[in-house]
Amino acid sequence: MQPVAIVGVGQTKVEANKIRERFEDMVFEATNKALADAGMTIDQIDNVTTISNDFWDGRTISSMAINDACGSYDKNVSTAEGDGTFGAIYGLMRTLAGTFETTLVVAHHKGSESVMRLITNAMFDPIFERSMGIDAIASAALQAGSYMRKYGISEEQCAMVSVKNHGNAKKNPYAQLAMDLTVEEVMRSEMLSDPIKKLDCCPIGDGAAALILATGERAKKITEKPVWVKGVGYCCDSYHLGYRDLAGCDALVAAAKQAYTMAGIVDPRKEIDLVELHDAFTYQEPFWLEGMGFCERGEGGKLTESGKTALGSELPVSASGGCLSSNPVLVAGLVRIIECALQIRGDAGEHQADGVKTALAHGVNGPAGQSHCCWILGGEA
Amino acid sequence: MADWRDEVEPWVLESRIKVPYTWTAGETGSHYLLELKDNKKFWGTRCPQCKRIYHVPKRNCPECFTECTEWVELGPLGTLRDYTIMRKAEPRLHTLPVPFAYGVIFLDGSDTGFLHLLYEYEEADLAEGLRVEPVFAEERTGHILDVKYFRPAKAVS
Amino acid sequence: MGKKVAVTGVGITKQSSVRHDVNGVEIINEAVRAALEDADMNRADIDAVVIGNMDHFEGINYVEAWSIDGNGGLMKPTMKVTTGGCTGSTVAMAAYYHVASGLFNKVLAIGWEKNSESDTTGAITTAFDAIWDRPVFAGAVAGLAVEAALYMHETGATEEDAAYVAVRDRKHALNNPFAHLHINLTIKDIMDSPYLSWPVKMGDMCPRTDGACALIFSSEDVVDDFPMPPAWVVAVANRHMYTYTADADFGSIDGPYWMTSLEAASKDIYSRVGISDPLNQFDMAELYLPYSFAGVKWMEALGFTGRGGGPELLRSGATDMGGKCPVNPSGGVLSSNPIGATALLRVADAALQMQARAGARQVPDAKLALCTGFGGCYWSDMLILSKDKP
Repeated sequence: MQPVAIVGVGQTKVEANKIRERFEDMVFEATNKALADAGMTIDQIDNVTTISNDFWDGRTISSMAINDACGSYDKNVSTAEGDGTFGAIYGLMRTLAGTFETTLVVAHHKGSESVMRLITNAMFDPIFERSMGIDAIASAALQAGSYMRKYGISEEQCAMVSVKNHGNAKKNPYAQLAMDLTVEEVMRSEMLSDPIKKLDCCPIGDGAAALILATGERAKKITEKPVWVKGVGYCCDSYHLGYRDLAGCDALVAAAKQAYTMAGIVDPRKEIDLVELHDAFTYQEPFWLEGMGFCERGEGGKLTESGKTALGSELPVSASGGCLSSNPVLVAGLVRIIECALQIRGDAGEHQADGVKTALAHGVNGPAGQSHCCWILGGEA
Repeated sequence: MADWRDEVEPWVLESRIKVPYTWTAGETGSHYLLELKDNKKFWGTRCPQCKRIYHVPKRNCPECFTECTEWVELGPLGTLRDYTIMRKAEPRLHTLPVPFAYGVIFLDGSDTGFLHLLYEYEEADLAEGLRVEPVFAEERTGHILDVKYFRPAKAVS
Repeated sequence: MGKKVAVTGVGITKQSSVRHDVNGVEIINEAVRAALEDADMNRADIDAVVIGNMDHFEGINYVEAWSIDGNGGLMKPTMKVTTGGCTGSTVAMAAYYHVASGLFNKVLAIGWEKNSESDTTGAITTAFDAIWDRPVFAGAVAGLAVEAALYMHETGATEEDAAYVAVRDRKHALNNPFAHLHINLTIKDIMDSPYLSWPVKMGDMCPRTDGACALIFSSEDVVDDFPMPPAWVVAVANRHMYTYTADADFGSIDGPYWMTSLEAASKDIYSRVGISDPLNQFDMAELYLPYSFAGVKWMEALGFTGRGGGPELLRSGATDMGGKCPVNPSGGVLSSNPIGATALLRVADAALQMQARAGARQVPDAKLALCTGFGGCYWSDMLILSKDKP
């Protein structure tokens, strides 16, 4: 892959209900923050990729709402629908294709305007599954139960992820749910769908994010701290929950392998300093870390329990608080990339981890982790 | 000077999207749903290449990309793999009162599982490997919910 | 620089008003398998899949995930893009970028629609701003009728001029075995059809169609793997410049804009490819003309003639089969409109022309082709294809 770098990032604070703002207000804020971060003006942006979802937005061609706000007027502009990591890959492809030197990628989401359980129910097949009322929580619970039973992962281990991430969020001014919790409090929270309890779940929030990609030579002219894209990979498993091993995560294994191969990473545990996970539910930290090869299959619970995924330890995972503290759907993936970039630059503020040279950002599409996307970012070209 | 935006009352309009749909089940899905309705029978399709038996049926094997035209009768008993007890009601979605369970069930003879509902169970009985049987609706319409739910199998088989 | 990209496989299902024999995933599979067969490929040879839809047209969220059994992407990189009516050309452009980026060599691009299953007008209405536009706006026809009325007012063009396009594209469709409508019409037939929203009549509008289309986009490094000659993608460009309905600046004849997004996109792509005289430089065009008036006015926006010159251009026969630059040899959107696939069909048919295998609709010795896609609120996509490697 030709060198491409992230040269500017911007994000809004994620909130439960940004009642004073529409999509375009949030996107305008995120876009301008990314431009300011890069020291660029909108006319220096060659093309734009937007990310939104028509179901969540209650609008066909949902991206139409924000074309003014992202500055795409009289520019090449297109829309990817799905997690922000996937949309950013489309932006990366456009940057690599030889036509453009700079690409703006923006995502927006206002979960407060729709009903999460009804929207996520529409992820499922209309003929064979949707009428059973299954939603994001129930499908995650099916997966959590199978994974945890198969490998002996305890609910307490999962609760530790909630405690850690909500605690990390206290150091992140953009996070939605920042709080001091104990494992007992998580364990005592309302059981929604066994084994998933309320504090095992992300909140759905409102927010927007933007990043700017640039080709190698241009990136060096724009910023002294370009964050380089070292590798990407994405992969989609089968759709129907009964057609795949829910206790496995084959698509993540494949996506991570592609990204590692491109980045030349042989031992992720040694070579990757920080991970921003798409951890919408607590079981996903141990589960996804196993899939990415940070530990053996079934060892993820112990890895979390050991404290090694805490900020300040050897492999900080979701130092920002992760999806568990803030989940503006779709935007969440873009924020994972942005957070990794900030960590590599040393600009993450209070939740900065020490010595981050290489980081992994992760995103998920589809029910129960059907499709995964991995980005490896680094400070050296 | 005060910013007018701090003063304005945020105004929120309520609406809902109403777009009617009809979903064609396709020839394969039609055969399946009509058998469920008329004869209370479950059928799967077999891939001619990898021999995998799909339930619910697939018209083409996603792996081999060949057409699956052979029907195989399955069940009616099955074995539970994944399950979760739903405790948080959502009346706009649920057809059963909480708590009820979702399960991925492998009907006897099938190589793949399918999602359905579980009811009339003791919570302690729910486990991977539980044998389950379908409870059919009296009035069937050619719909996956012509099976109201599965429950632990009464007869040992 | 990016890799050069070519279309190396084409799969098109028969287009018809209702396909009850297949559901959405199955009609996608039909097109995908046709494309793989055409390209002499197996599913294993696909590096990545890109697909699109409009969620509320099919009631399907995460189409790339839902269609995985049929779309060939199982355990492969799979992505969704969407831009309304031009989703098909957006998918084509995304596939182009997948390959041009150097990340993938063989990419499957898929467009599909089961229009018979949805309420198109209900869905299109949701494309407009919920607070400012939706309460007073319904469907696509009225917006287009405003453009048509203004065009007639500014230029003196007539409804008969537009009817010429409706007749021409349907006549061309008679040569296309995949086309939905096979009807020989006269200008009088169009003029006699009922008004939907003046001056647009039933005969001026595209049909609603069930159908799917899949194309293989390949890198220059692997084009020799395929049985058919490559149809090269020379360049792609697009613009979208309307957020609210009233942003649609249909233009006055002496104003700055005529059709803002199409003019801006053509300026971009023509300058990169060196097109100064499209009528003489392109050998044929597959244009997304959703209604007949577009076939008059948009020819002007595309630079085939000056403002107000559309009617004369048409009547010269230049856009007919056998003319200087036949437009829509396939029969175009006015003959087949599976919305999510419609714009991809433009690229598919242009590719067949560049490969000299378009059968009865082949334009002899066609070497350079223009394709467009048109989407909600005047989103304009453009692709230029050529027989020779750029």
